[in-house]
Amino acid sequence: MFLYIIKRILRSFLSLFLIICIVFVLLRQMPIEGYFPSNYDRLTELELNNILRNLGLLDPVLVQLFNFLKQLFTEFDFGRSIRYLQGRPVIEIIASKAPISFRFGMIAIFFSMPLGMSLGVMMSRKKSGAWDKIGTGYIVLLQAMPAAIYFVLIQLYGSSLLGLPLLYNPEVPRSLILPIFTMCLPNIAFYALWMRRYMVDEINKDYIKLARAKGVPNTTIFFQHVFRNAVVPMTNTIPTAILMTIVGGIIIESLYSIPGTGGLLVDVIRRQDNPMVQGLVIVYSSLGILGLLLGDILMAFVDPRIKLHKKGDQR
Amino acid sequence: MSKYSFTLNSANKLEEAVLEDFRRRVKGAPDDLSKEEMQSLDPEYFAFIQSSMKEAEKAGYSNYSYWGSTLRMFFKNKVGVTTFVILIILIGFSLIQPFLPNQKSPTQIYNQMVLRPNGRWYEQQIRNHGPFQGLSYFGTTNDGTEIWENFVFGTNNIGQDLWARIWSGTRTSLRIGVTVGFVSILIGISIGMMWGYIRPLDWFFTELYNVINNIPSTIILILASFLMRPSVGTIIFAMCIYTWLNMGRLVRNLTMMLRDREFNLASRCLGTSVFKIIFRNLLPQMVSIITLNFALAIPGAINSEVFLSYLGLGVDVNTPSLGNLLNAGRALMMSPALRYQLLIPAAVLCVITISFYLMGNAFSDSADPRNHV
Repeated sequence: MFLYIIKRILRSFLSLFLIICIVFVLLRQMPIEGYFPSNYDRLTELELNNILRNLGLLDPVLVQLFNFLKQLFTEFDFGRSIRYLQGRPVIEIIASKAPISFRFGMIAIFFSMPLGMSLGVMMSRKKSGAWDKIGTGYIVLLQAMPAAIYFVLIQLYGSSLLGLPLLYNPEVPRSLILPIFTMCLPNIAFYALWMRRYMVDEINKDYIKLARAKGVPNTTIFFQHVFRNAVVPMTNTIPTAILMTIVGGIIIESLYSIPGTGGLLVDVIRRQDNPMVQGLVIVYSSLGILGLLLGDILMAFVDPRIKLHKKGDQR
Repeated sequence: MSKYSFTLNSANKLEEAVLEDFRRRVKGAPDDLSKEEMQSLDPEYFAFIQSSMKEAEKAGYSNYSYWGSTLRMFFKNKVGVTTFVILIILIGFSLIQPFLPNQKSPTQIYNQMVLRPNGRWYEQQIRNHGPFQGLSYFGTTNDGTEIWENFVFGTNNIGQDLWARIWSGTRTSLRIGVTVGFVSILIGISIGMMWGYIRPLDWFFTELYNVINNIPSTIILILASFLMRPSVGTIIFAMCIYTWLNMGRLVRNLTMMLRDREFNLASRCLGTSVFKIIFRNLLPQMVSIITLNFALAIPGAINSEVFLSYLGLGVDVNTPSLGNLLNAGRALMMSPALRYQLLIPAAVLCVITISFYLMGNAFSDSADPRNHV
């Protein structure tokens, strides 16, 4: 298992390396005008070149890439922001914003995971019963509708009909209600969908039929056999869910003007703040990879039957 | 057996039930054939058949047809048929709408004549004119002709016809959705097939999958729309970069599962070409998954377009698309009188995406041969 984890980490580094290179090269293809917010027309050729040289943008792309990687691997230095907050280290900016998104995401997970999983369990208890129909309707609605629409509608009617604050304000706890409720909705649908699927898969297995034939009471079968086995694959998603809260929700954070990481990526790409973009891509991608790895380890920890090193092809 | 025997009792009951049922069915007709009828029967029916090795080799064909059964199952599904009809009507109407009489241009700005205090007539945009008001009077021009216009869904904040814009936007969004759906299943199937079928290439595609899968899709979308001109083509291209992933992985897993099954081994031993194996042996087993993915890729792509427009990176603002309309409506949503500019496009969009989603699920259910009884 230890060897397997080492192998996985090495492979993740390869993926991460490729991602960094691709994004780095792509970013260098952005138009030059974008590096100058307002004064592109007024600057002379010489001044333009000076600024670009100071930003290190005039070297060949491969040299720039090499310098960046050298700095990254030797000093663990992500560079400094060139436009977003000029001169501040990238990692510092991310670290100042991540806790806000993290807090929101964790509260949302805290509510939505138990709710969604119990909804899934209720749905699987009786096929095409009342719970199943309501739950399926809810899941289909949330999955098919564009998220932007119901986020906007909730904000609109939540604030106008219920009188809740329209925007987030750290000093007013009531202003947390709407964004967290909004964040919970799709999460609950996600957990309910997968919980139901794993439960139904488990119910259809042969050993459950045997237990039924033996006369084991239904409740015992349900909670001691089916539920315990269905929860195992669910644990796989927990680390990813927790780590990904740092990435934040773009739409929700911009709707309620929460100063988290959500809109940061779009913002820095729009301002062509290349070091910021690279830093964010590295952080987000490694969080994603780490989440998958931790999920697999957690799953093997919860269920001793799962042997990681045997799975080989697991992705 | 005594009269308490369970076997006897139930056998009697069964016999009675069968007889009862038979009597109910024939309803008074004679129970047996008459003598003449018996004589007119072909005596061959009662002759012994010869067993023949040659005849035994002939295998029978059932008249089962895959697509026939799929369609039959689909049309039995109420949700599937309802959403199918809704989609046909919506898509059909959005396609013929520009050719109907009395339709307005989606991009033209409509003006009305307004009398200013200085006593002169000025042209002014017909802004935020409410929906469902029938013909409305918008003033008289200098030469005395009256301006009457009908804006079914009203006008937006610069005087464009919302009705025409919504149908034009529906066309744009559907074009994006359907193209992305097609391209992603094409790429997904071809890469998935190579990935699963050609063993030495496995690591390459696995790595490719991991790399693209680990770049957040927002980064791909945003970078692409910055690097290229914002247009419908750019958005389609950017979405195609990652939408095939899911399809590719599913096809790869199925191919790996099926490629070494006995029937494929037999085919290969008999010298069937690789193409024939792929098209006749492997692909038909994946129809259910492919159709499901195609149907879900369409609402997915439409949703991504809305998301991009929300960020201001979508289709060019002058091209109406449902995402652009929603975004324009969102800017005005705080005044209740103007909310129709948000709610009407939102309703159209929801009907389209939910219908595609439900129809895709219904169709893939009926395309799964295990559900054909």
